[in-house]
Amino acid sequence: MSGVLRPQHNRDTAYFWEGTAAGELRLQKCNACGALRHPPGPACPDCGALDRGHVTASGDGEIFSWVVHRHPQVPGRQTPFVIALVTLAEGPRLLGELLGVDPDTTEDLIGAPVRIDFQHVDDELTLPVWRLA
Amino acid sequence: MTLSNRAAIVGIGATEFSKESGRSELQLAVEAIGHALRDCGIAPSEVDGLTTFTMDNNSEIAVARELGMGELRFFSRVNYGGGAACGTIQQAAMAVATGVADVVVAYRAFNERSGMRFGQVSSWANAQVNTNGLDNAWSYPMGLSTPAGTVAMQARRYMHEHGATSEDFGRVAVADRRHAATNPEAFFFGKPITLEDHQASRMIVDPLHLLDCCQETDGGQAFVIVSAERAADLDVVPAYVTAAAQGSGTDQFVMTSYYRDDIGIPEIGVVGRELWRQSGLVPDDMPMAILYDHFTPYVLMQLEELGFCGRGEAKDFVKDGAIEVGGRLPLNTHGGQLGEAYLHGMNGIAEAVRQIRGTSVNPVSLDEKPHVLVTAGTGVPTSGLILSRNGG
Repeated sequence: MSGVLRPQHNRDTAYFWEGTAAGELRLQKCNACGALRHPPGPACPDCGALDRGHVTASGDGEIFSWVVHRHPQVPGRQTPFVIALVTLAEGPRLLGELLGVDPDTTEDLIGAPVRIDFQHVDDELTLPVWRLA
Repeated sequence: MTLSNRAAIVGIGATEFSKESGRSELQLAVEAIGHALRDCGIAPSEVDGLTTFTMDNNSEIAVARELGMGELRFFSRVNYGGGAACGTIQQAAMAVATGVADVVVAYRAFNERSGMRFGQVSSWANAQVNTNGLDNAWSYPMGLSTPAGTVAMQARRYMHEHGATSEDFGRVAVADRRHAATNPEAFFFGKPITLEDHQASRMIVDPLHLLDCCQETDGGQAFVIVSAERAADLDVVPAYVTAAAQGSGTDQFVMTSYYRDDIGIPEIGVVGRELWRQSGLVPDDMPMAILYDHFTPYVLMQLEELGFCGRGEAKDFVKDGAIEVGGRLPLNTHGGQLGEAYLHGMNGIAEAVRQIRGTSVNPVSLDEKPHVLVTAGTGVPTSGLILSRNGG
């Protein structure tokens, strides 16, 4: 995993990556209207407030879509591998590699329940990943 | 005041389409623009405006220097990869219609196969220190880091919701390759495929096969745009810009608009509604279309967003050769970006102009309906055109 692509981050998004390093899936929450959001940003699209915080998500979700990446090679990963777009129990969606699934499965995984896990790359990066629940 | 039919594409020019041009990207731009200017009999010294993609590596001033263009009064760039294609023509049309410039050239040139390949992992896109780089932090590090991967995620959901199959996507590839097979400029000239070939091609990112994916190409393509008045004085058949639109959807991302309730490509719906509004035309007025085909699923989804059929009905619309020459709505008569070349959508605009002129190698009769619809890259903020043989 050492050669994996590293996420750009700034003061609007740092809380997410600090969360994964701490074993938490954090969702941005508007302190004015309470709206949850991912991906995050400095302003609330619902009410316009700039006052924001975050909550820890349950880590439960359901597969909204998924792919099997076979070509080309991807830095820091062995092909083939599975990636899932997951709708969190709280509503927002989050992408992550789906571990523990046969890439040659003929099942349609859409709708399958999944649970968050964390993949420690190094001291600077921990990635959120999914496992079938 | 409206933009409709106030400007026209009068010159088109391109280099050969190859896998290794052996020349610099700037030389490809210069050659393509030179061909386009000679095509309409306008001297480089008359060009006073230039427009291209933010992704193009050739600056307007470098292009102007090489071609001896002199002073420029207008230069602009459009963002978002292939979504820019028709947007460059819109920029040019607005400039000449308002008198901001008299002769505007739109261009795109790259060594996209022998140089930086778009089909590989775009590490640079992930490393951008801007909001696009921040957006990509939610996909690239998770392994979703190629155009095919981002489209496959949409395609899987589309199949689930509407019952479309890989074979339905394959019909787009078969149509493109049939048209390319009779186009000597196409990379896949003389090489048609069958649906069985499509199904047998290797998986790239499931559910996309190799033959769902466009080529990578070296080449350049350019256009000359002038006012309708100036066009009437030239010895060419003008392709009038009857409508020109850009569109971005709600909660839009570049290739990864995965966070809105209904994912899909509503951005091309924005473009479509604006094209129909500007032109006063409807889908039934189009005898053919050039739909941006970097990946086949997005052609089906465009047919729906543009109103050629209802949501989820494209899988039936494309059956029985409907999108091939002789069918009800021939698409991509040059062979598209799967068959002819991947010039970021600009080669499709050139084919629309050839159809208007009656010089396409796969001609569609425009006698009753003298219009061609063209779209730009989908999955990104995008653009579209309706070009017409008559200026209204």
